[in-house]
Amino acid sequence: MTIAENRPLPVAEALDEDEARRARARRVEGIAKWALPVVMMVLAIAGWAWVVAANDIPHYILPGPGRVWTSLVEDWGMLLDAAYLTGWITLLALLLAVVGGAGLAILFNQSKMLELSFYPYAVILQVTPVVSIAPLIFIYVDSKIAGMLLCAWIVAFFPVLSSTTLGLNSVDHNLRDLFRIYGASRWQKLRYLQLPSALPYFLGGLKIAGGLSLIGAVVAELVAGTGGIGSGLAFRIQEAGYRLNIARMFAALSLVAAMGVFIFAALSIFSHLLLRKWHESALKREG
Amino acid sequence: MSALRRPTLPLGERPPLLQMQAVDKVFGGTVVALKDMNLVVNQGDFISLLGPSGCGKSTALRIISDLLHPTRGKVIWEGDHGIGDLGVVFQEPTLMPWATVAQNVWLPYRLRGKTYNTVKDEVLEALRLVGLENFLNAYPRELSGGMKMRVSIARAMVTNPRLILMDEPFAALDEITRHKLNNDLLRLKDKIGCTVIFVTHSVFESVFLSDRIVVMAARPGRVLQELRVDAPYPRGEEFRTSAEYAAHTRAASGALKEAMGELA
Ligand SMILES: Nc1ncnc2c1ncn2[C@@H]1O[C@H](COP(=O)(O)OP(=O)(O)OP(=O)(O)O)[C@@H](O)[C@H]1O
Ligand SMILES: [Mg+2]
Repeated sequence: MTIAENRPLPVAEALDEDEARRARARRVEGIAKWALPVVMMVLAIAGWAWVVAANDIPHYILPGPGRVWTSLVEDWGMLLDAAYLTGWITLLALLLAVVGGAGLAILFNQSKMLELSFYPYAVILQVTPVVSIAPLIFIYVDSKIAGMLLCAWIVAFFPVLSSTTLGLNSVDHNLRDLFRIYGASRWQKLRYLQLPSALPYFLGGLKIAGGLSLIGAVVAELVAGTGGIGSGLAFRIQEAGYRLNIARMFAALSLVAAMGVFIFAALSIFSHLLLRKWHESALKREG
Repeated sequence: MSALRRPTLPLGERPPLLQMQAVDKVFGGTVVALKDMNLVVNQGDFISLLGPSGCGKSTALRIISDLLHPTRGKVIWEGDHGIGDLGVVFQEPTLMPWATVAQNVWLPYRLRGKTYNTVKDEVLEALRLVGLENFLNAYPRELSGGMKMRVSIARAMVTNPRLILMDEPFAALDEITRHKLNNDLLRLKDKIGCTVIFVTHSVFESVFLSDRIVVMAARPGRVLQELRVDAPYPRGEEFRTSAEYAAHTRAASGALKEAMGELA
């Protein structure tokens, strides 16, 4: 066994045919990863514009992309305010979901009795559609903001709870024995063994929770139906629908979608940064 | 770590380290994993537990390391016995993938509340002994199977334990790596002067490494006989090719066959 095994080779070596082919494939894939979705998007928008123009579809049924763009620009101030609110609710709910979900997972892990007592209720909360709970919430919770947060939290915390619970229980059994032999305390076992083992599971749950908290926030807005201060993107969509301002509906919808994509991308990068040094999922293998 | 080297006395003159006295282990009221196991382990012994699958070798190690309680009988240590007195190596390297090599070796001290800086010298010394002093900051996934096993051995040795338990540590490695690690293990044992109990399926490995081979049989798991390999240490390639080695492997193979025959 030589010390040098696994260290990168010096660069100047000539590439063999296999390597060269792989490098080429990698380059092509690197470009295609960005170029293809952009091309598809341009094609779809062009097709959409053509359908609208060719069939003379009235804009209160289906506006063309130009009109949607105009609406996006003209209503930008209002839409941005709305996006700001929806974004805040989503982020706060996600934060609470992380604290609540991971915290409950740790508590359940430390006390079997707590788990037996409360886990079933967490499941019930999860399987009951939030749309059906939301109206009740707004009856009992006075603050619209607090109600929306609660709705979004209810949908988002469960994936964090269940995946973290799974992670805390997925400790390598030999490592567990090792910690016992070395006389580790409960706290040391949690801190040095269970939490790091659970991290990849937690991050998987977090990615799902990110999408769900946006859904929760949107549903809450639709149910809450406020105007004035509490108007998020979903409310704007609904409102524009009543006014047959379809272009604005599309504009607001595109912002919701963009927000979802942003949350997913941010969480993916976050997860990659935390795992890249040691976890298999972040490892690139040749061949 | 190196300062605490204990000299190894010749076989027969070694003071006892621990005893297993009439140990039975029954799982679930029916599976007799161990039946009346008696074993005196002396300071400086290199004991191999050799036997067919299911004869209770791992169970014996788990009882010695206090992970399992015997159903009957007991394990008695001579003198004071603390947490740092024991090192273990499993069949898999069992490293924490999220921690660097140095952090993995630090673990036994860390769990006793020692900061890295206070035990840095010990960690470095242990890694130097296994030839990995240049890999302090590598993560386990960057290492080959043999290198991971070396880290695992460094971790077991870092507290300078009196006893190291090894459960088929090299079974998953290729022949060449295994030979190399066998040589290194003997060198390390001589250097820190500890006692080793080594579980293996391999007659060759047990003869090369140990001075006492305890042959076990299954159903119920028990000690069948003990062989002595009195060839002097250090042992190297010349021992592997000697007539003495061949004679010992023949004897051990015979004993193992007998142990397996009991199964049929
Ligand atoms: N936790 C357990 N519960 C029930 N039965 C067990 C348990 N651990 C071991 N056994 C049984 O006890 C017997 C001895 O097991 P042990 O693992 O000690 O054997 P071994 O000699 O180490 O075998 P191998 O060479 O395959 O590792 C086996 O029949 C096994 O099935
Ligand atoms: Mg075993």
